[in-house]
Amino acid sequence: MERTQLISTMESILGPEGVIHEREQLRTYECDGLMNYRVIPDLVVLPESAGQVQQIVRVCYEEGIPFVARGSGTGLSGGALPVESGILIVLARMRRILDVDIPNQRVTVEPGVVNLWVTQEVASEGYFYAPDPSSQLVSSIGGNFAENSGGVHCLKYGFTTNHVTGAEVVLPDGSVAHIGGGKAPDEPGYDLLGAFVGSEGTLGIATKITLRIVRTPESVRTLIAAFEDTEKAGGAVSGIIGSGCVPAGIEMMDSLTLEAVEEAVHPHYPECGALLLVELDGPEAEVENQFEQVIKICEENGSSEIRVAKDDAERALFWKGRKAAFGAMGRIANDYYVQDGVIPRTELPAVLKKISDLSAEYGLRVANVFHAGDGNLHPLVLYDNNNEGEAERAEELAGEIIRACLEHGGSLTGEHGIGEDKKKYMPDMFTADDLNVMQLLRCAFDPHHLCNPGKVFPTPRLCAERPGPFRVHPLQEAGLAEMF
Amino acid sequence: MTERRNGEGLPQDKAMTNSIGAGSPEDVGQGVGEASELAEEATVGAGRRESGKTSFPAFDTHHPPDKALIDECVHCGFCLPTCPTYVLFGEEMDSPRGRIYLMNKGLEEEPLNDQMVRHFDLCLGCMACVTACPAGVQYEKLIEATRAQVERRYERSPEDKAFREMIFNLFPYPNRLRLAAAPMKLYQRFGIGSRLRKAGIMDRLPARVRAMEALLPEVPKEEKIPETTPPAGEKRRRVGILTGCVQRVFFSRVNAATVRVLAAEGCEVVAPAGQGCCGALSTHAGREEESLNFARKTIDTFEEYDLDNVIVNAAGCGSTMKEYGHLLRDDPEYAERAKEFSAKVKDVTEFLQELGPVAERHPLPVSVAYHDACHLAHAQGIRSQPRQSLKQIPGMDVREIREAEICCGSAGIYNMVEPEAASELGERKAKNVLAAGAQMLVTANPGCTLQIRASLKKLGQDMPMAHPVEVVDASLRGEPVETLLQR
Ligand SMILES: Cc1cc2nc3c(=O)[nH]c(=O)nc-3n(C[C@H](O)[C@H](O)[C@H](O)COP(=O)(O)OP(=O)(O)OC[C@H]3O[C@@H](n4cnc5c(N)ncnc54)[C@H](O)[C@@H]3O)c2cc1C
Ligand code: SF4
Ligand code: SF4
Repeated sequence: MERTQLISTMESILGPEGVIHEREQLRTYECDGLMNYRVIPDLVVLPESAGQVQQIVRVCYEEGIPFVARGSGTGLSGGALPVESGILIVLARMRRILDVDIPNQRVTVEPGVVNLWVTQEVASEGYFYAPDPSSQLVSSIGGNFAENSGGVHCLKYGFTTNHVTGAEVVLPDGSVAHIGGGKAPDEPGYDLLGAFVGSEGTLGIATKITLRIVRTPESVRTLIAAFEDTEKAGGAVSGIIGSGCVPAGIEMMDSLTLEAVEEAVHPHYPECGALLLVELDGPEAEVENQFEQVIKICEENGSSEIRVAKDDAERALFWKGRKAAFGAMGRIANDYYVQDGVIPRTELPAVLKKISDLSAEYGLRVANVFHAGDGNLHPLVLYDNNNEGEAERAEELAGEIIRACLEHGGSLTGEHGIGEDKKKYMPDMFTADDLNVMQLLRCAFDPHHLCNPGKVFPTPRLCAERPGPFRVHPLQEAGLAEMF
Repeated sequence: MTERRNGEGLPQDKAMTNSIGAGSPEDVGQGVGEASELAEEATVGAGRRESGKTSFPAFDTHHPPDKALIDECVHCGFCLPTCPTYVLFGEEMDSPRGRIYLMNKGLEEEPLNDQMVRHFDLCLGCMACVTACPAGVQYEKLIEATRAQVERRYERSPEDKAFREMIFNLFPYPNRLRLAAAPMKLYQRFGIGSRLRKAGIMDRLPARVRAMEALLPEVPKEEKIPETTPPAGEKRRRVGILTGCVQRVFFSRVNAATVRVLAAEGCEVVAPAGQGCCGALSTHAGREEESLNFARKTIDTFEEYDLDNVIVNAAGCGSTMKEYGHLLRDDPEYAERAKEFSAKVKDVTEFLQELGPVAERHPLPVSVAYHDACHLAHAQGIRSQPRQSLKQIPGMDVREIREAEICCGSAGIYNMVEPEAASELGERKAKNVLAAGAQMLVTANPGCTLQIRASLKKLGQDMPMAHPVEVVDASLRGEPVETLLQR
């Protein structure tokens, strides 16, 4: 289909206000939260209903046009990076909360609804939506769903996947599937929901998502503890988890991060080499008891200063520093590159040592922020894009860091997803067979590779191909396709 | 669809809503509803006033948006949910992140054309993005530089140009403004309609003029203030007061109240007779030369008196006057003086809280909804001081308004040049104001007062409104609540 014809087709579905096609406007969509990769989409469309999404996808399917979904564009792995000659389907205008069912603890939303709005909607009823990525003020439920996002409270409450009970999904061929969503705790059949959550927009576009909300805990207590270095702080983390207590969150920030957040949001943290932020929640008596224990463990591990939040305002201030950490890097560096490795907690000292060696070797600063409780590291490699070659060096360094995580028995990503950015590391973590299994699932839903193509997997697998020993693909033989 | 509720009181909620980038509990996003239909059209499709002219490169070398400031943006998107245009349109180009991206493209690769200018024009300059940004991006400097470039380098359509000229020949001049807003219709008085009809360029103008008319109330009788007012009791400070343009014409009673309150708190108050416009409207619209001239003249006028502070009671004026140092940085004769001057500028409630109250407050048992003017809350970071000033009055019940951080759509001349978007924002604000269930509205900017009143009127509602300093004045004077509720 000619571009002009495509524009008018889309305009007939969405009206002129739902189709963006001018070059300058398209450029603002050329990257998501990760600016390292940029592709100008052919068109951006802004549907306002599931029906419109379906019509758009159907046109794409019939015409063989690749498409990519985008929520708020805060993804950090290039998941919403457009594809060349493709359409970007932006869900930001689908932002209605469709249903609130307090007795059954369910909220159904459109994908463009922002994470935090869900909690705001139900807070007065004594409930909240637990997964809380630091980007919760802006990231969409659709994006959270696709990335299986997590946050500081996921140590205790689990990730997005533990809180999605159903979804309506427009599949890559334009059909609509309802998966899960029943009120019964378990449904017969395959756990398709498990496959869709975290699929990074490669299996279809979610148009409705049902979430489980949980009761606001009776009591919440928060402290910060200052340590000389990350190793001592790490010791305290192991101590706390080892004591059998499951905090709502344990976060660690190193000195470089502390410097940036202090400048950005002035949380007035104590000056130190590493800071722990520990939050406990639950029934009053239990929290009280465990809180004492946590304080004791911090002291035993050499904490130089412990501050307990006196009130909500102080607690908010403690968290504000942590939640603003990534953005705050803008204060001390022009650009940064986030990694999202996961390591077994016990490997923390070794991996941190390795990171600091690598940082010295590459001559680039690395700030470290962690969800320390579950070993999810966010090393932030700081660089300046205006310096020739520095971006490449930063990426290389980030790659070394992720390999170090894998060497210590860890994983490529805790919550940001693979997207465009980390797909090249997939073979470092998975065998060819492992990857084949995943690709087969993808091919079952998207045989023509139209739905967020090129993401997640290092080599696009041609779907007609069967797993097994390597054979030359018929398309390849005919010179129509290439294998990498 | 359900109504969004206010999660007041729950620690979990408060702390969560509080967690990011926001300065205080008052300025945190409360969530956003559906996309706006009308406004979508305004931005992507219909209603575009194109000139078809293009400049390349987009910016020249006279203060382009600073690359170093642009680079501070890490593209995290935290500024999206409180940006009023993103709230309305849900599009990247009408978000702070998108606008900064466009500025960057303008520096490097893309021309200044209708599309780009459209998205810069649609920015309200409300600075909610500055509050929200964890990276500390100085958007106010970026948009100011961009607007000046647009005004210099982009050729607006004749209709657009004519309307803007008219505004800038009117608002900065209290005498003309008083005349224009006299009972006779503005439209007729200036013969705008017929002049433009002759030129064959009616286009969108009627909507704009109608918006302007709806906004401007009748001119009340002016409450004159003396050039010098002695302090009550011992002198604590000697201060000057800016009487403003819109403030002087439509809200002279706010100036009178400001003088009384300052005097009661021990200030000798000077209201220089020769003062003119501070240049805020021109600055925010990128009319660089005009704005610098207004700034110079204001400095000249106030410098003649030996003042400890210059007190401002209109948020937009105060934020610009605090920027004089930056605005006049290239002018060797004024650069230093401007910096010194800016350091003396204080918003009236900011000043009152710094000074500490001494005069006796009489009780005012009344519930008030406090509306944060963007140029006070976002641009100057003044949130607690006006609330504090109100709470110091016994009996006062100060209520918060949902979505407090989102602009009411007034934004300088915005509600006149972009009436569609502004009216949607106004209506949204008016509904939130009503939902607070207070007896009256208190806000510190004349533009907000006019805009919210006009928006309430469209909903068939009205409400008493006052500036915080008027409320303090009423309390100091021991006025009964009923008098206050007549405003
Ligand atoms: C400062 C900052 C802090 C962050 N902190 C965290 C954190 O603590 N934890 C965390 O997990 N993440 C974090 N992130 C990453 C990011 O916010 C999350 O991945 C988030 O879920 C992305 O949501 P989004 O709406 O921005 O999605 P986008 O970036 O727009 O899209 C992300 C992916 O989801 C797909 N997608 C979007 N909508 C749909 C849909 N309706 N159906 C199907 N696929 C869809 C896209 O195709 C893309 O692959 C952070 C990001 C930033 C910038
Ligand atoms: S100043 Fe206001 S309208 Fe302009 S980009 Fe910032 S938040 Fe949006
Ligand atoms: S302006 Fe600030 S908040 Fe907005 S995207 Fe840039 S860094 Fe993030």
